[in-house]
Amino acid sequence: MKEYQTITEISGPLVYAEVDEAIGYDEIVEIETAQGETLRGQVLESSDGVVAIQVFEGTSGIDQHASVRFLGETMKMPVTEDLLGRVLDGSGRPIDGGPDIVPDERQDIVGAAINPYSREYPEEFIETGVSAIDGMNTLVRGQKLPIFSSSGQPHSELAMQIARQASVPEEEEGEGEGSEFAVIFGAMGITQEEANEFMEDFERTGALERSVVFMNLADDPAVERTVTPRMVLTTAEYLAFEKDYHVLVILTDMTNYCEALREIGAAREEVPGRRGYPGYMYTDLAQLYERAGRIEGREGSVTQIPILTMPGDDDTHPIPDLTGYITEGQIYVDPDLNSQGLQPPVNVLPSLSRLMDDGIGEGLTRADHGDVSDQMYAAYAEGEDLRDLVNIVGREALSERDNKYLDFADRFEEEFIDQGFETNRELEETLEIGWDLLSMLPKEELNRVDEDFIEEYYREDAGGETEAEATAD
Amino acid sequence: MSQTAQTVREDGIISSVSGPVVTARDLDARMNDVVYVGDEGLMGEVIEIEGDTTTIQVYEETSGISPGEPVESTGEPLSVDLGPGLLDTIYDGVQRPLDVLEDKMGSPYLDRGVDAPGIELDKEWEFEPEVEEGDVVETGDVVGIVEETVTIDHKVMVPPDYEGGEVVAVESGSFTVDETVVELDNGEEVQMRQEWPVREARPTVEKKTPRTPLVSGQRILDGLFPIAKGGTAAIPGPFGSGKTVTQHQLAKYADADIIIYVGCGERGNEMTEVIDDFPELEDPSTGNPLMARTSLIANTSNMPVAARESCVYTGITIAEFYRDMGYDVALMADSTSRWAEAMREISSRLEEMPGEEGYPAYLAARLSQFYERAGYFENVNGTEGSVSAIGAVSPPGGDFSEPVTQNTLRIVKTFWALDADLAERRHFPSINWNESYSLYKDQLDPWFQDEVADDWPEKRQWAVDVLDEETELQEIVQLVGKDALPEDQQLTLEVARYLREAYLQQNAFHPVDTYCPPEKTYLMLTTIQTFNDEAFDALEAGVPVDEIIDIDAAPNINRIGVQEDYEEYVDELKSEITEQLRSLY
Repeated sequence: MKEYQTITEISGPLVYAEVDEAIGYDEIVEIETAQGETLRGQVLESSDGVVAIQVFEGTSGIDQHASVRFLGETMKMPVTEDLLGRVLDGSGRPIDGGPDIVPDERQDIVGAAINPYSREYPEEFIETGVSAIDGMNTLVRGQKLPIFSSSGQPHSELAMQIARQASVPEEEEGEGEGSEFAVIFGAMGITQEEANEFMEDFERTGALERSVVFMNLADDPAVERTVTPRMVLTTAEYLAFEKDYHVLVILTDMTNYCEALREIGAAREEVPGRRGYPGYMYTDLAQLYERAGRIEGREGSVTQIPILTMPGDDDTHPIPDLTGYITEGQIYVDPDLNSQGLQPPVNVLPSLSRLMDDGIGEGLTRADHGDVSDQMYAAYAEGEDLRDLVNIVGREALSERDNKYLDFADRFEEEFIDQGFETNRELEETLEIGWDLLSMLPKEELNRVDEDFIEEYYREDAGGETEAEATAD
Repeated sequence: MSQTAQTVREDGIISSVSGPVVTARDLDARMNDVVYVGDEGLMGEVIEIEGDTTTIQVYEETSGISPGEPVESTGEPLSVDLGPGLLDTIYDGVQRPLDVLEDKMGSPYLDRGVDAPGIELDKEWEFEPEVEEGDVVETGDVVGIVEETVTIDHKVMVPPDYEGGEVVAVESGSFTVDETVVELDNGEEVQMRQEWPVREARPTVEKKTPRTPLVSGQRILDGLFPIAKGGTAAIPGPFGSGKTVTQHQLAKYADADIIIYVGCGERGNEMTEVIDDFPELEDPSTGNPLMARTSLIANTSNMPVAARESCVYTGITIAEFYRDMGYDVALMADSTSRWAEAMREISSRLEEMPGEEGYPAYLAARLSQFYERAGYFENVNGTEGSVSAIGAVSPPGGDFSEPVTQNTLRIVKTFWALDADLAERRHFPSINWNESYSLYKDQLDPWFQDEVADDWPEKRQWAVDVLDEETELQEIVQLVGKDALPEDQQLTLEVARYLREAYLQQNAFHPVDTYCPPEKTYLMLTTIQTFNDEAFDALEAGVPVDEIIDIDAAPNINRIGVQEDYEEYVDELKSEITEQLRSLY
């Protein structure tokens, strides 16, 4: 391994060095400063004689006399089942004071794309115990379903609730061994306090022993954030596809990741895309998100819940926008609902789970699930529209029918959505609450529900029907 | 990817690597030639030549590739293999069959440097000649037939670059795609396999005005905004508005002979859904598995960006090949925005001067070149065939004023605007009826009049008028509430509601409602019109609007969609509606 003391330029997170051998693209580099500190970096561009290196820990302390070593390999993550229960930094080094990690394998962190032909279509329901998700935007194993939030919202609480409650039906039914459940938590640029909340929750609920935590905090080097999620996902893939775990990956906060990408792009003087983010951000994000999934013939699965805070609560901002185009739906955390005190403050209207339709219904959840969800969407949307009108003309000016929809929207929020962060609702209960609410409306308004289900579940005494007939007379 | 392209020209040496863009020096290659890069032989294409520096876009991940490694030119442009075996196959963006790659790599992950021919070279096909010794054949003429799948007879044609002549020898029986089946007097030998460079349109005689609709079985499309066989359409919409479901519906139910589905930079799981579903779904026109008429090209968002750039070309070249056989082909590209972004990414790595929003200045030209390859054609061999191109567009933030949407709209003649508001209230397909349009309507009307009903255009116009009126009335309702409107307008709103909920909405996941033949589309509309006419008669006779709206039969309009025996149901419903309304006065 050759050492060079040939740094020609240092700019932001980048270092340029002259070399006299061929250096591979993406290769790992160690830079030793005059003070004896060792920094790690990665080759961003390699051409005859000159390489551009991005330094994970930042370039401060590097001068032109620092020595540069090329390790001759791309970045690897040491993986083993023993990682469960461990806390690592953003580059995968233990920070919990525990023993060194003895890896089974060292895997390339730039995961290869899964052959679409080898994928298995995700259609196994994950019960999160959150009505707004289970009932309306069902999560399935192998899905990537981000939480779109904004600063100051309780998205972390929601993510923790999901991680805590997400059970694996297979085990409950006792079908043989089943697969175990693991949570991998990747923090990118979150504050120490947020990190503490997560850690306390992990420890309080005993979830830590089935978790791997990667921590890149707000004051850790920004450039390191670009490798953290890759470390996380490499570990996830290993546990899922080689050790048969059902892995739930929580990545927070993707916005910080994208900021780091932009920083590197700017330092390299690239032509920027929208709002200064690099033109390849879609591809880059896709390379992370697409690592969720199931593979034919393998037991485990990787399910992703990335969290992102939308700058200005604007979902047309490039980060949520590109994310939404890659992920299979999104869950919106809504500041208005939050200020009304709803827990979790999930706005179901713009939320969506693309894989829901194939993961629910007879044999998977309950036969009426899809119809109930559709009908509640339509009814809540109508009630929500009417609220604007009420502000102008008042409730008295509205028809009986409209008033029912208004009541529906109110009760939907109070009874269905606002369950609290500590309540774990079974799907059955969620759907029953759904029927309680739908029964406020006259039967013939339930045009998205199959007649048989109305027959079976509609509550005749809930007031929807009798009053409707009274008005008709 | 083509296999014969093995004539090695002068090798070069890599001089720099930056993501998918590699430069090489001393390489003797022409623009758009395919090259193999590095020791691992990664496939790439020449995209710029300056002095002795050649810039290459690489179709595979470039991690670990270093300067000094060799670059080998094939001297051939990027081409696809054409021949029997294209259908019922799933390819990546450069026509490598994904199932073969899985076998060869022995892993569920896509490895690098593995090449595979686009069609199986050692499989034998039963060739039935259509010509005899002594016949004179010209370029493009069909010389024989191969049963490619249960649905499709593959026609073996004289390749476009042959001159043609008298047949001196003809074989019948089992042959591989590379064995000669017909020999001509000028020494030309016809095999089942042809090659064609993807960036070049296959020759035709003339482009004609399309006059047959591509019937999709989707009410809002067939009924209000039809596309012609050989037409072009764009489906723009923000995420979550149902682009992909709409594309899937078209791929499943459109009455084309051949479907080419290009998943360009989209989700892996979505492609898996197609791979899982299509072999099991029935083609509504033949009853055979859908895959028997389908070829899939899957370049998901995490697969290399340069291959994403080429995948739409691969798709349309295959489409043109089947068009040459006289088939009607429908190509779905989901999504063209990802394709445009791939161009942008490559362009910015080349440090080209950017145009609007960082897209390259040639964006508009590339888009129009692509859509111009669609059309209803008279082929070289005298048959007629069509390629319909339907491109999804994913505008950032759902803003249709962005360059890809705008440049697409300048070319395509059908516009299906997806609407996030409709999607939020689970109105699917969430195609906005006020913004969408079809410029084929008038030229397709005669077909609908002949095949479905004489008054098809009038009925459609009636529906459009009611929906327009509703939009205006809704603005007033937003201010004063529905009850403040005069009774006739309240009734119009009610009729429009049925149009929206029963006619325009269609449940893609319901086994019956998912496909609606034009006859049913028509009958549904006439039922709503019956309700409309009878209701207004009742209103004129002095019946209060509340009573009219409340008749028991009316909500059943919403259930027509899910009826299998719809004719009977509609007849009964119409007479019930009439009876109940007339009994009110």
